[in-house]
Formats: sequence, C-alpha cells, structure tokens
Amino acid sequence: MPAVSKGDGMRGLAVFISDIRNCKSKEAEIKRINKELANIRSKFKGDKALDGYSKKKYVCKLLFIFLLGHDIDFGHMEAVNLLSSNRYTEKQIGYLFISVLVNSNSELIRLINNAIKNDLASRNPTFMGLALHCIANVGSREMAEAFAGEIPKILVAGDTMDSVKQSAALCLLRLYRTSPDFVPMGDWTSRVVHLLNDQHLGVVTAATSLITTLAQKNPEEFKTSVSLAVSRLSRIVTSASTDLQDYTYYFVPAPWLSVKLLRLLQCYPPPEDAAVRGRLTECLETILNKAQEPPKSKKVQHSNAKNAVLFEAISLIIHHDSEPNLLVRACNQLGQFLQHRETNLRYLALESMCTLASSEFSHEAVKTHIETVINALKTERDVSVRQRAVDLLYAMCDRSNAQQIVAEMLNYLETADYSIREEIVLKVAILAEKYAVDYTWYVDTILNLIRIAGDYVSEEVWYRVIQIVINRDDVQGYAAKTVFEALQAPACHENLVKVGGYILGEFGNLIAGDPRSSPLIQFNLLHSKFHLCSVPTRALLLSTYIKFVNLFPEIKTTIQDVLRSDSQLKNADVELQQRAVEYLRLSTIASTDILATVLEEMPPFPERESSILAKLKKKKGPGTVTDLEEIKKERNSDVNGGTESTPVNASTVSTPSPSADLLGLGAAPLTSSSPPPSTTGSLLVDVFSDSASVVAPLAPGSEDNFASPDLASSEVVSEEPADTVHDADELIHKFVCKNNGVLFENQLLQIGLKSEFRQNLGRMFIFYGNKTSTQFLNFTPTLICSDELQSSLNLQTKPVDPTVDGGAQVQQVVNIECISDFMEAPILNIQFRYGGTFQNISVKLPITLNKFFQPTEMASQDFFQRWKQLSNPQQEMQNIFKAKHPMDTEITKAKIIGFGSALLEEVDPNPANFVGAGIIHTKTTQIGCLLRLEPNLQAQMYRLTLRTSKETVSQRLCELLSEQF
Amino acid sequence: MRFMLLFSRQGKLRLQKWYLASSEKEKKKMVRELMQVVLARKPKMCSFLEWRDLKVVYKRYASLYFCCAIEGQDNELITLELIHRYVELLDKYFGSVCELDIIFNFEKAYFILDEFLMGGEIQDTSKKSVLKAIEQADLLQEEDESPRSVLEEMGLA
Repeated sequence: MPAVSKGDGMRGLAVFISDIRNCKSKEAEIKRINKELANIRSKFKGDKALDGYSKKKYVCKLLFIFLLGHDIDFGHMEAVNLLSSNRYTEKQIGYLFISVLVNSNSELIRLINNAIKNDLASRNPTFMGLALHCIANVGSREMAEAFAGEIPKILVAGDTMDSVKQSAALCLLRLYRTSPDFVPMGDWTSRVVHLLNDQHLGVVTAATSLITTLAQKNPEEFKTSVSLAVSRLSRIVTSASTDLQDYTYYFVPAPWLSVKLLRLLQCYPPPEDAAVRGRLTECLETILNKAQEPPKSKKVQHSNAKNAVLFEAISLIIHHDSEPNLLVRACNQLGQFLQHRETNLRYLALESMCTLASSEFSHEAVKTHIETVINALKTERDVSVRQRAVDLLYAMCDRSNAQQIVAEMLNYLETADYSIREEIVLKVAILAEKYAVDYTWYVDTILNLIRIAGDYVSEEVWYRVIQIVINRDDVQGYAAKTVFEALQAPACHENLVKVGGYILGEFGNLIAGDPRSSPLIQFNLLHSKFHLCSVPTRALLLSTYIKFVNLFPEIKTTIQDVLRSDSQLKNADVELQQRAVEYLRLSTIASTDILATVLEEMPPFPERESSILAKLKKKKGPGTVTDLEEIKKERNSDVNGGTESTPVNASTVSTPSPSADLLGLGAAPLTSSSPPPSTTGSLLVDVFSDSASVVAPLAPGSEDNFASPDLASSEVVSEEPADTVHDADELIHKFVCKNNGVLFENQLLQIGLKSEFRQNLGRMFIFYGNKTSTQFLNFTPTLICSDELQSSLNLQTKPVDPTVDGGAQVQQVVNIECISDFMEAPILNIQFRYGGTFQNISVKLPITLNKFFQPTEMASQDFFQRWKQLSNPQQEMQNIFKAKHPMDTEITKAKIIGFGSALLEEVDPNPANFVGAGIIHTKTTQIGCLLRLEPNLQAQMYRLTLRTSKETVSQRLCELLSEQF
Repeated sequence: MRFMLLFSRQGKLRLQKWYLASSEKEKKKMVRELMQVVLARKPKMCSFLEWRDLKVVYKRYASLYFCCAIEGQDNELITLELIHRYVELLDKYFGSVCELDIIFNFEKAYFILDEFLMGGEIQDTSKKSVLKAIEQADLLQEEDESPRSVLEEMGLA
C-alpha cells in the first residue's frame, strides 16, 4: 500500500482498496464487497449515531464500490447529511457522492437543493464553489429550475470572487445546455459580455465558453461580444511569450483562451465594422505568420498548443469564407502539414482541407495537393488517417480530376480496410456518376466496383447504374456488351449477375447480332449462374427470361423448358414458383403483340434524388458529405449567417427558384423548413433539401419494380390508394398571410396558386405544371369538401384538359363563395397517369376564413370600447406560444396586414404590442374581429388574443394566426 | 466535452467523468466499446478518431490511457493539451503521479479534475490557480481533522 501523500488518512478506506486489489478472482472481489456493504449498512442502521468522520469514510467506500461498477442502493441519505456539515472535507465527499450517484428521488433532490441553497448563500467562496460544482455535475432539470435564476446574479455581482465567477459561468453554461428554457435572458447578459474585458484571464476563459454557447442561440443579444473578442484576441497574439505568466503554456500565450475566442467569432459573420474587421485580419495573419517561425521549444506541447490556435484560426477563415488571400494562405499551411512527421498533424490537415475544398476561393489551391493526398492513401499506416484522405479526395474532386481520383480510389479499394469499404464504394459511385462525361466510363467504373468489392456494393449502387443505363440510350449497347463480357468470368459476384440479368433482359438484343453473344449464348450464360444465386436474384433472372421470350422468339422453347422444370414450377419458394407459373402461362397463351406490349422496354425513370448520395448522407451525417455547393448552402444557413449576404431570417426571404418562372408568379414562397426545391439538370438532385411535400412516384429502388419489369412496363395500373394529404396544415399555414405561391411540388408536378378575395367572394387560379418530358394522361383534379364544409363554402370550377404535355402548364379557375364561417380547408385531389403508373396526390387547398377579412381602421378609444363589449368568455380566444421565427417587428406587422385585418398604430399603450381590427364577411352575416398580439422578447414567446362576436370565428382565427409567428 | 475516461492497459476503468447525463447502462456500454477501440490501436497511430457521432482524443501516459470524447466542432489539439495539463496537475499534486495514486486517492483525482474542468469546459488554465484551490482545501482538511489512533481507524476501537 503506498503512503497516502497528502491530506487525510482515511486508512479504513485505504485498507479496503488494498483488499480489493488483492482479490485473486472476481468472486473473491464480490465477496469482499458484500462483506463491506453489510458492514456499512449495519453502521448506518445502528443505534449509535455516527460521527461525521465515519460517515464520510463509509460514504467514500460506497462511492469506490460504485465506481468499480457495482450497484449501490443506499447511503444517499448519509451523503446528503454530509452536505450540511460545517467541515469542508465532509461536505466535499458528500457533494462528490451526490454528483456521481444522483438519483431522481424527489425527496432527496429537495434536501440536496436546500443544502446547495445554503452554501450558495454562505458567502464562503469555497462552499459556493462546491455547490456550483454539484449543480454543474448533476445538471438536471430540477436543478436548473431551482438555480438558473440565481446563478446569473452571482456571476455579475460586483463582490463575487474571481474563482466563484468562473464556476458560476460554467455552471450556467451547463444548465443552459440541458435546460435553456430555465435560463432567462436579461440585463445580466450585457454584463457577462463585458467579462471578456476582465483582468483575470481565468474569468475571461470561463466567460468565453459561456458566451459562445449562449450566442449560438441568441446571436443578437451577444453581438457586442465580437469586437471585445477581437481586441482580446489581438492583445494575446501580439503579447510576448512571457507576458501572460501562468497563462502561457509552453511558450504559447493563453492557447485555450485563444481557441475559445476564435470559436466564439465563428458564431458570427465577418465583423461589419471595418476597423474591427481589419484588426481581426491582422490577428489571423499574425497567427499564420507564427506558424512559419522556428519553434521556441522542442517539446510537443509547444507545437500542439501553437497549432491548436492555428487550426482554430483556419476554421474561422473558412467560416468567414470571404478573404481569398487568407484562404489560400491557410491552404498552403495545411499543405505543409500534409507531409509533417507528426501523424496528428497530417490527420488534422486532411480534415481541415476537406472544408477548405468547398470554398470557391481555395478549391483550386486544395487541388494542387492531389498527389500528396493520393500518396497518403497508399502509405499512411493508420486507417483513420487514410479515411481522412479518402474524404479529402472526395471533396476535391471535380470534372478536371475525376478520372484520376476515381481510378485511385478503385485502386485503394482492393486493399482497403473492411471498415471503410462500403463508404468508399458509395463515394466512387457518386463521383463516377456526377462527373461522367462519357457514360461508358461510368458503366466500367461501376462494374469494376462490383468486381473489386461486390460485397460492399449496396443495392442503391446497382439500382442506380440500371436507372442510368435505362435513361441513356447512348450507353445501352455498350452496357450490354460489357456486362456480357464481365459475366464470362468463372466466379462473379451476385450483384454482377443482378445487373447483368437486368441489362441483358432489356438490351440483350443490341448485342445479339454478334454470333459470340447470340440469344442462346446469353441465356445459357445467365442460366449457368442461376443455381448459385439467392432467391431475389433468381426471381430477377426469371423476369429476364420472360423478357428474352419477347426479345428472342427463337429461344422461346428453351426458356419454356426451363420454366416448366420441377425445380421452377414446384419451387419451395412461393415467389419463384409463382413467377415460373405465370411467366410460363404468359409465354404460352399471349400473342406476339400482347407479349411485345407487356414486356416492352422499361420507360425512363423519373429523375430524382440519387439514392446513393442519400445513403452516404445517412451513413456519415449531412455535414460530412462534401459537395461544393451544398456545403456552402449548409454553411450559409448557419444560425447566425455564414456570410454577409446570407439571409438571417429564412422565413421572410423569398429566393427565386426556377420553379417560380414556370408559373410566372414571381418569387416562389419558401418556408424556413423546406429549402428551395432543386431542379438541377444533374441526376444528383439536391439531396439536402428534405422537401416536405415529396411523394415518391415510381420507386425504382424497390425490389418489386425491378423484379417484375413486366408489370411496370405494361399498361397494368397499380392502383395505389391516394397518398395521405400532404403535410396538410403546413401547406395551409404557408398561405394564411398571402395569396400567391407554389402550393405543392414533387418530381413530376408543380402546383401554383394565385388568388384574390373581396368581401365574401374569391377567385383562385390553380396552375398545374408538368415537370417531366412525358405526357400526363387522364389528368383529373377534383375539389373535395366535407359535408359540413359544403354548407359553408361554395366552390365552382370547370374540368381541365385531361392531357398535360411534358413541360406544359394548365390552369384551372375556382370561384369561391363564403356562406358562413368554417373551420377546415377543402382538399384538392389530383389523379393522372404517368409512364404507365397511376399517380394520386392530395393537398389541402388554402382557402381559410381570414381570406374574407376586410380591414377596419379605428381610433384607440373605439378599439377599447369594442374590446370591452366583447368581454364574454366565449367571445375571447387566447393562445400563448413560443416564437417559431425571429421576432422582427416589421415582419410581424406585414403578417398581420397579410392576415387581412387592419393594423392599428398607437392604439395599445404598450408600443411593443400589435393590435388589429377587421370584419369577416360571409353571405349570411358579418363578424367583427379584434386582435391583440403581445410579444415577449426575453422569453421568445407571444400571447395572442382574439375577440369576435362568434366563438367559432375567434377560435379559428386564433388557430390560424398563431402558426404565423 | 462529453466525457473523460481514465483506464489502464488492462482495461480497468480508473476514473470517469460525464458532462452530459446518460443512463448507467448506456455509460457502461460506451466505456466498454471505447476501451476496446482505443486499446486496439498501435503506439504510433494518431491520437484522434471518429467514434459514433463524436471525436475521441486520447493519450497514453505510462500504464494509463486518458481519453476525452468531444463534439464535432471542438479542437482536437487543444484537447490533447488539456489532457496533458491534467496530468501535470496530478503530477504536481501527488509528486510524480502513478496509477496507484489515482486508485488509492480517487476522490482527489476527481477533486482536481473538478477544479480544472467544469461542465466539460476548462475552468482555469493556470496550473497555479488550480493547485492553489486544491491545496487550500487540503489545509482546511488538516485543520479540522484531529489525529486518530490506528485501531480506531480500523474500526477496532
């Protein structure tokens, strides 16, 4: 047993720990522990009151037992008792026990909170420190509720000791992370920002952490921290290595604080003030310059600390993405690190360069390092470093170097670690598709992928190659020839059989002229693989065979013989048996014409999101799927705006999207939740936009579509039930405060609206745009009103032309009459046929009660007089809710006006509140409405009150308007 | 930082500090999984790895692995130095620290860590400030501790 070096002599504890260490087996250890637990339990239960020291010792033993991994179900009360001890060491052990073993027993929490409260009020800095540590360690919601209001006061009080301030700042940070709703913003925030100027660097360090966390969610509130952080940073980077005394770490001045300040600045766009901006640029340049200076020490700690600051500075430069000069310098610096002898630096340089590759300013500079990165792939001994190299190659890939990068990745794949093979396969597949100029290269690449790493080629990858071959007739003959050749190999991967089977079934005729690949040879080749394949692949091959019956009538009897054999017709697998029976029958009874129709070539797949990219994204998380434009888009949508031009308030900004032109409605409306629908010509349709209203019309990815091509290609209608009404209320809410915009969009169809209302009448123009190049047939939009709605809303319209040509647009006019007030919205159902499949879409049509609003101006006195008249509880409807969008006065005003009521200025005594008035017109009656909206900026909440002469109207208007803020 | 672990080459957990609440079961699972990953790595490999949705920074000092799990945007190198600073603090306090010191004085190791880190963020980077806080506490301790006989200690009195 080693001598206990300092402090107390809890020898009993040391003896116990020794005993445990001497146990020869797990059983012996458990036995010893049980003995001890029994001992402690009897002491705690004994009549003799234990003194503080014994209590401390036993609690400490329990803690040790718990940390060994055993359960502890008693002793909590004794630990809580220790909290109120006046002896520091007893209190300390009590707090440690609570921190490690807290349990949600409410009675205990109350006692613990009481003890903490006493210690916080004790004005004894050591006790306060213990209490704050305990709150931070437990960090539960109960603790947050009890103390989140108190801690800011301690933090900014003038007489608080520095060490307590540090603890208070981090304690608050911890509570904010778990329960931000309990931490009220307020006057204290500006005082916290000024802690950045504090003389004590420890206080500044703790405060910077807190401010960074808070600023991420409340950028406005902490905006002033930018200039303070810049000047603090500037003072640090220009100080001599000894100026900061104990805060200098291996000759690097305050590295932790520097990193934290640089991190804080990444919550904001580049400073607007030119002076601040200039000073920051100087700092960043100084940091970059220092990297070139000879090291002040040979110790690794020196270079690590220095480079930690450097990497954080580079992150900031990339985040700002506005200074080409700095970006290129950063890239050169990282380039040097790529060849550094420290593995850690090579790893970080590869990682950091990945993000640099996505900046337009530095993309080219990154590309110059391609040889080094390829070399890293070949020579790095650590798989995690090689993984970073793969990521970087993927990020730096563009049309100019795609062939080289894909070739190198394929090369590496032959020997790559199993853990990262699937990811490399996905990446190669994506790059090959994205940058394919020549699709024969694409086909070769994918077949190579299957050959080299067939087990890691997921379904998405081989589905994709088939989609592309089917959609591009210039590559079909080549694909058929290539798969035919690949299938000649004695052992080929089952995925190759799938691709080969499918492609030959469609396009085998294109190579049948060559006697070396005659129909019979093709069939025999495929059938030679049949028995080695799994059931799904065999099912696919059966479909290929029936397709062959159509393509090559000369081998029909051979195929029928195969289908007729017992191993098919009596197969134990139901799917195989059924296919064999049906295909055999089809080939026997159907005429050549019917066969030709039923087994026609597959129609082109609709262009849609690449399932491969979606998969990679799922695998790696969106941030890591590097794509030049996407990354930028993502970064720009950062909470506080990545660049100056970035819209901070997504909900109010209309981005022109290509779809808007189609309708000629001007800018398309966007909700903050759905990014602009991308209509890029590339096959890789924007995967980052999880457009809320997407239906998957044809699912080429599903096994069924592939396994039974005959069904999909024939005129057989797959009668799917109508999709559920699309994100019903979401769409309605988009249109409550405005009349024009895009209502719905998927890969096939776009629906736009333009409407006008006067009193109880309205007219709505619905535009249907065909986004594909194929005709829609039997196009039938229908308006559906429930019985209840029919009595309050009268809709009239004429049917539209049942054929919508590719790229064309048709218009439908709906005349609307509001008879009485109503709650629900009518449903627009659209059915049509596209490329042999039946489409069925339903969306709610945004005809809402507020559309029949007429604004009424009135003076303050009138308003309040009427307000009082409507004081019957049924007439009032109130809703208190959290702001969903930034609380901007001008936008709020615009929304209230858009809602249809008049916005009454200078009516409410509190200028921050909004009031409005108007009349709802229906055929039968007119209903006066008053509304009042009270924002609470601190809590980010609103209270909305509606008073009208009719209960249902108050209720509906309140519902509709609440969703808008 | 999400959590910090200290474990031995034999896979014995010596210290665990969690900065985000998770269930005991989940903690045990994470510890087991991460120890396996880290112990399997060879000496010259890089100190960072991706693990679940976190980044792991680890360093071995003699027989002990110090291992921190940090978030995606956190700085790896400064975390590596944070580990080093903690080791320096332990070293200074115990005087050439070894694994046994941490086993027998586990509560001290926790106290020092608490003075250094709070809520997963660094509280003070100055070695002097942290040690001053700990030593002050020790002084308080010695003052209010009256000497006891060995027998009493063993619970035999």
